[in-house]
Amino acid sequence: MAYTEQEILSGLAEIVNEIVGVPASEVQPDKSFTDDLDVDSLSMVEVAMAAQDKFGVTIPDEEIKNLKTVGDAVGYIAKSS
Amino acid sequence: MSAPIKPGTGSAYARILGFGGYRPARVVTNEEICQNIDSSDEWIQARSGIVTRRWANDEETVQAMSVAAAGKALANSGVRADQIGAVIVATVSHLYQTPAIATSIAEELGAKGAAAFDISAACAGFCYGVGLADGMIRTGSAEHIIVIGVERLSDLTDHHDRSTAFLFADGAGAAVIGPSDEPGIGPVIWGSDGSRAGLISQEESWNQAFHAGGGAEWPHLRMEGNPVFRWAVWEMARVAEQALVAAGVSAAELDAFIPHQANMRITDAMVKALKLPESVRVARDIAHQGNTSAASVPLAIERMLETGEVKSGETALIIGFGAGLAYAAQVIRLP
Repeated sequence: MAYTEQEILSGLAEIVNEIVGVPASEVQPDKSFTDDLDVDSLSMVEVAMAAQDKFGVTIPDEEIKNLKTVGDAVGYIAKSS
Repeated sequence: MSAPIKPGTGSAYARILGFGGYRPARVVTNEEICQNIDSSDEWIQARSGIVTRRWANDEETVQAMSVAAAGKALANSGVRADQIGAVIVATVSHLYQTPAIATSIAEELGAKGAAAFDISAACAGFCYGVGLADGMIRTGSAEHIIVIGVERLSDLTDHHDRSTAFLFADGAGAAVIGPSDEPGIGPVIWGSDGSRAGLISQEESWNQAFHAGGGAEWPHLRMEGNPVFRWAVWEMARVAEQALVAAGVSAAELDAFIPHQANMRITDAMVKALKLPESVRVARDIAHQGNTSAASVPLAIERMLETGEVKSGETALIIGFGAGLAYAAQVIRLP
């Protein structure tokens, strides 16, 4: 099933909030996971795994490191779902 | 002639009779680690949960630490050394190719003539050993067995590699395993994935290191942290669940979860992935011990027994996972 970018963004915001505790409202497309949202590389793996479950996509290891911003992740999930 | 061959017969069941551990005297702080890498106490704690670790000195050899841990396990089990029929040593950091260190350990312990061999299953080594010992006791290959997990990973650590220098540490843990009237060790769920053998490995062979013609480096351990994290948490959670199912124990019936002490972040994420009830006590020995590979599970159990966090007769799920990628999990009754 395809998700809209807005649905993906709000789903990701919930995931990031749950994993690192930053408010969901701060999870915006231009935000960098590591620099703005306190998501380190291990937390990023957790975010990717939760996103896989939530959106039914596959995010390989080599793809995770390309997802620098929330917008990158939204785009990748939208393209893959 | 097809002469009939009589199969071995052992005890119907096996259980762990006692644990023992040895922790090197020297405590190494994150500040000391940061003398060699560009990092901080805060970063190391956030990344791994490690506050301090222990490193062995020259006298705390693989053999000396093993004998100390096994001696304690024997004392705690009430089994005499001369009753031991086999000594299994899990290690990747005994830096002699041959002979197996297990034979010298058996001799020094007073387990004269015991079958003795080493196994190489990295961080899964102790749980592999428990699986082997369980089968050996039930088929009559030995009545009492010592399984030792021992490492001096500080010898194989690149102390200038900021992704691993703070992780690895030294120590030994041992279990005495023997016959039982009731099942005390559940079926082992184990396996490997050689397609990902490169994720955690020695960077060069000894041969390359010493004969490459200059410039070759000591063969340090290398690890790709993020793929290992993903494998360790989500794939190992499924293995842990299979071990529970195989033993017929539900998560609600479990008293303790004692995973290989690889990284506190892995333990935390596994607990989440497994949805363990809050009643399950979780081993967090890594905070002051570091990652001791094959030694970490028995060391963590020993600490939980000594502090009273778990009690004799309780049910624990143990799982080891690491280089190989090799893994093993089983449910055990605590001695």
